[in-house]
Amino acid sequence: MNRFAIPLGVFALLVVVLAIGIKHSSNLGVIVSPLLGKPAPEFALPSLTDSTHIVKSSDLRGRWYIFNVWGTWCGGCRQEHSVLLEMRQADVVPIIGLDWKDKADEALSLLQQLGNPYEIVAVDKDGREAIEWGVYGAPETFLVNDQGVVVYKYIGPLTHEAWEKEFLPRLPQKQGAARAQEAAKS
Amino acid sequence: MMRRWALALAAMAAVFALFATAAYAVDPTQMPTPELQKRYLGLTHELRCMQCQNEAIADSPVDLAADLRRQVHDMLLAGKTDEDVRNFMVARYGEFILFRPRMSLRNAWLWLAPGVLILIGAFVAVRVVQQRSALVTQDNEPLEEDIRS
Repeated sequence: MNRFAIPLGVFALLVVVLAIGIKHSSNLGVIVSPLLGKPAPEFALPSLTDSTHIVKSSDLRGRWYIFNVWGTWCGGCRQEHSVLLEMRQADVVPIIGLDWKDKADEALSLLQQLGNPYEIVAVDKDGREAIEWGVYGAPETFLVNDQGVVVYKYIGPLTHEAWEKEFLPRLPQKQGAARAQEAAKS
Repeated sequence: MMRRWALALAAMAAVFALFATAAYAVDPTQMPTPELQKRYLGLTHELRCMQCQNEAIADSPVDLAADLRRQVHDMLLAGKTDEDVRNFMVARYGEFILFRPRMSLRNAWLWLAPGVLILIGAFVAVRVVQQRSALVTQDNEPLEEDIRS
């Protein structure tokens, strides 16, 4: 008995350590944003539809919003476009776009063709704003609460499942949860 | 025959030269002083290009790497320290952006584990040697059978 106690103990310890490791790396390749739980970056950027209008983060304070980083050059963004339109249709939370290192005319014509899911689109011509948000590849989508704190970050093209399982439950009761229940019933 | 070899070698050399200049052209940035240039090169080589995760931003041709290099360039010109630049990047992209991770409570066990393992190994070695030498002294005592015969 005693002979096996120490090796067994070591083995058990190894199992626990490896299990923790595996549990925490289930989303291999997805990097957890250090912005989670921290105030979203402040910004003041020209609007895509009207360059004289400045989109300010301070104007968004007091409301929950989704911050979606996209570009016409980004295939994954095209892929998630229909999901964004569906989210807009649900009318639960406004979607603010960040047009990342893009040509304004191409971005506008894409929104005209496929439909515009955004309440407003801020333009990040030189990519400085994306760095503030720690963006490393579009599409990336943040959920910001009414205090201006980043609650959640989704990396990659949005899906219907992600919207229902990750975004809706995080939204405040009267906005998100009720809608999620309605959706589940219907 | 010889000529064919020479030709092949020349072609290979040309191809290599092409790649060499391409690699060199990733980052033509020149800082105003040699000291700043050294710090700039140091930082761009220790920051990870998050898009192509095993490359430093100094070597990566992707857009994001260029943007991050510009960020380093601007911050150094603005008089920021190397640690300021690292902190800026870590605050936005996380520890993962550093090729040389910093010691923290979360990864301290990784740094300590080798020392702990060596101590355990030394302890086991000493115990084994002690037990073996105890066996040797036992062995020297005559066995009952030997006595009887």
